Amino acid sequence: MKIRILYFASLREAVGQAEEELGLPEGVASVGGLREYLVARGEAWQALGAGRSVRAAVNQRMAGPEAAIEAGDEVAFFPPVTGG
Amino acid sequence: MSVSVQEADFDVGAEIAALSAGRLEVGGLASFVGLVREANDGSRVSAMSLEHYPGMTERALGEIVEQAKARWPLIGVRVIHRVGGLQVGERIVFVGVASAHRGAAFEACEFIMDYLKTRAPFWKREETPAGGRWVEARDSDDTAASRWETGGAEE
Repeated sequence: MKIRILYFASLREAVGQAEEELGLPEGVASVGGLREYLVARGEAWQALGAGRSVRAAVNQRMAGPEAAIEAGDEVAFFPPVTGG
Repeated sequence: MSVSVQEADFDVGAEIAALSAGRLEVGGLASFVGLVREANDGSRVSAMSLEHYPGMTERALGEIVEQAKARWPLIGVRVIHRVGGLQVGERIVFVGVASAHRGAAFEACEFIMDYLKTRAPFWKREETPAGGRWVEARDSDDTAASRWETGGAEE
């Protein structure tokens, strides 16, 4: 019943890790809910805070805060993309 | 394979030639090449590194190509995006589009670049005299991408 979370670019540097496995926390069922859960971890995690420009993907597709998360999913958080 | 994410440079002439090789119905080819510029946001840039999300990157680029193919009558599409360390003046990205006529080729090429810049998971970090910094996303890129949804392009 775990999810895999990936962090990229400036967000990866801010939280100090590129990825982690996490048991889906009680009551967390969406991207927005997971983000709130992670922000509550402390200072470094404010990079995911409500006022910050953060994008997300679920199973490698762009996903809004309302997108559902289930056990086994791969969830990624990152800043707005800057390729090209 | 129409989409490649790679560290290696690419040969623009060879890529353009391949798009029309053996395809006598091609009447127009449009291409775009993005380069590492020597300055950005008022700072000199000495080098750049590109991070991406392996797996999602290829999927996102593939979906953008499919959307372009659904909107315009395209004969061939090629997208190459480099990752890793790049020096000033080096090529970053190639988009090549082949069609029977120039209109579709020009429009599809620009559409693919606009969507790539706002939807494909790449992040640029540039080296400046003041140190390394992550490149900030530009609102103008969102504006450029959104015009394809508001009737800015002919269907």
